[in-house]
Amino acid sequence: MVPSLSILDRKEKCTVSSPVFAPWDDPNEKPLIRFENVSKRFGSFIAIDDLTINIYAQEFFALLGPSGCGKTTMMRMLAGFESVTEGRILLSGKDIAAVPPNQRAVNMMFQSYALFPHLSIWDNIAFGLRRDKMPKDKIDARVAEMLKLTRLEEFARRKPHQISGGQRQRVALARSLAKAPKLLLLDEPLGALDKKLRQDTQFELMDIQESTGTTFVIVTHDQEEAMTVASRVAVMDEGRIIQVASPANIYETPNSVYVADFIGDVNIISGTAKPAGKDRYFVDWVPNQAPIVAVSETGFSDGQKCHLAIRPEKISITKDKPEDVENAVEGKVLDIAYLGNLSTYHVELPGGQIIKAQTANTRRISNRGITWEDPVWIRWNATAGVLLEQ
Amino acid sequence: MRRFALIAVPYAWLLALFLIPFLIVFKISLSDAALAIPPYAPTLKDGFGALIEGLDLENFWFLTTDDLYYKAYLSSLKIAALSTFLTLLVGYPMAYGMARAPEEWRATLMMLVILPFWTSFLIRVYAWVGILSNEGLLNQLLLWIGLISEPLTILNTPTAVYIGIVYTYLPFMILPIYAALDRMDDSLIEAAEDLGCSRLTAFWLVTVPLSKNGIIAGCFLVFIPALGEFVIPSLLGGSGTLMIGKVLFEEFFNNRDWPVASAVAVILLLILIVPIVLFQRNQQKQAEAEK
Ligand SMILES: Nc1ncnc2c1ncn2[C@@H]1O[C@H](COP(=O)(O)OP(=O)(O)O)[C@@H](O)[C@H]1O
Ligand SMILES: [Mg+2]
Repeated sequence: MVPSLSILDRKEKCTVSSPVFAPWDDPNEKPLIRFENVSKRFGSFIAIDDLTINIYAQEFFALLGPSGCGKTTMMRMLAGFESVTEGRILLSGKDIAAVPPNQRAVNMMFQSYALFPHLSIWDNIAFGLRRDKMPKDKIDARVAEMLKLTRLEEFARRKPHQISGGQRQRVALARSLAKAPKLLLLDEPLGALDKKLRQDTQFELMDIQESTGTTFVIVTHDQEEAMTVASRVAVMDEGRIIQVASPANIYETPNSVYVADFIGDVNIISGTAKPAGKDRYFVDWVPNQAPIVAVSETGFSDGQKCHLAIRPEKISITKDKPEDVENAVEGKVLDIAYLGNLSTYHVELPGGQIIKAQTANTRRISNRGITWEDPVWIRWNATAGVLLEQ
Repeated sequence: MRRFALIAVPYAWLLALFLIPFLIVFKISLSDAALAIPPYAPTLKDGFGALIEGLDLENFWFLTTDDLYYKAYLSSLKIAALSTFLTLLVGYPMAYGMARAPEEWRATLMMLVILPFWTSFLIRVYAWVGILSNEGLLNQLLLWIGLISEPLTILNTPTAVYIGIVYTYLPFMILPIYAALDRMDDSLIEAAEDLGCSRLTAFWLVTVPLSKNGIIAGCFLVFIPALGEFVIPSLLGGSGTLMIGKVLFEEFFNNRDWPVASAVAVILLLILIVPIVLFQRNQQKQAEAEK
């Protein structure tokens, strides 16, 4: 799975480039953007609901959420195309409510690209620079630099309708980067691209973000994309931010079933908690089965409802009953999804719940011992899952 | 066979309704006026050989000897050009307003633009006589609110002709511009503002260029019929307004000089061919750009 791979990448990166880039953990750091109790209503419809968030300089910040949850609305408020109903937005500490869009040091790459059809690629990129009354030779140099960065040199003289979708997307990016904004807003920039091109472009975006030092806020509804590019991910639902964290943290320690379910594949086992020593809990999940052992730093009272979220790759599967493990349950294989490098087993447990367990295919197919309808054992450690209240 | 029929129908239409009448008019323009029915000679009754023999360019030559004709052509060109420009000035904001209006309003606004076509053109022009004359509604209103103390003379001046043409041809200007503006993606304006344009510069740099084809189409749709306009200058323009349509009418009905009238018409057509060809090319280019 791509998210887990990219987390590995990131961990390596972190160890190489110390100190770790995490301005959000530093109380002295001033945010570049601050949403302060921002609400936005369209008539009686609440698009953004009392939202507070800090975004720091040089971050690659991803807004992730289902369609209609208010991502575009947040971007449009930042760019100045929508007013704020309540609360305020600060850019470098200053309230920007009164600043019109053409005077904000913010540029936006539109979901539809919004390239000017009557202008050549070159003129599209130069458009913003010309408005700043930049001298001609400086404009030439800057446009050339942008064309090189986005590998569009050959297409400079063409019109937008004479290039492909992927090239148009790069023109839109070059145009919004040309003015070297403090903040670049990308609204589902890669939505129209096919998978391969999208992955290439994600890495290109990360390179560009690193080499220009611009702060990027990217909107996406694709969780893999958010995990790949972002330094932090905000998961949104119905105008609210449910969780903001680094991709690794949001994957490993989601704060709710909603987030766990939204990011990657997850098994949710619901039950009631019973304290069993420091940070340890027994979870009763079906009658007549041994309780599950789980570790959690958040406290649960005796008999409180809880949900255990475990990623499929944290669950292993064997034919024989494992010894000396914290959690082992017997079940029956319903289905096997062979994904090449991985196989996912769908195992039915007593009580009818279906759990996904994933193993890496290090051996050849013929050697795999488990097939459909086999009775199997699945097991996981007490620390493998996250215990959630809701 | 079916393809042939499909192509043949419009060509047959053109042949019957444009080319053949034109050839007849052209032939008459090469004839001489005569006291006969029809009032020119030679006709086919004289035999084909004599018919060909009798044709000459005398009438066209005549048009150059009297400066009435070239003045009328020039004056028509001037009136048509200026009124096209005025129609654009009035029509563009209206089309812009329509395109920016809330979705649910647009059908109604469109209706209001087209509505005047449902009454007779002649009645609408006559109505302007009632409005613009010295005792007309406009003067009464202005006198009543005290803006003027003497009635203004508008009727029977070129001003009345401009008002009449702008009023009559306004829908032809509004509709193509509206169509162009309606097709335009609103996010382009936002993108322009995002890149540092004020509202006004965004309008000049994005909205106007993108509605260019609509503007061109609208201007031709007004200019071409306005050039040969007859009813408006004769009803509103009085004797002081010289337009080629009026000259043509007088040659034809008052002087009964069909050959000279035909020559005037042929020249008018030649003048119109240039803008018509340009208009067609614009339409074609637009169709190609949309592919
Ligand atoms: N101008 C508007 N008028 C009314 N409702 C709007 C407007 N813009 C957005 N909305 C509503 O606000 C919600 C959030 O929209 P949006 O921010 O575009 O969502 P997304 O997360 O898909 O980008 C949607 O339900 C949408 O219908
Ligand atoms: Mg959106």
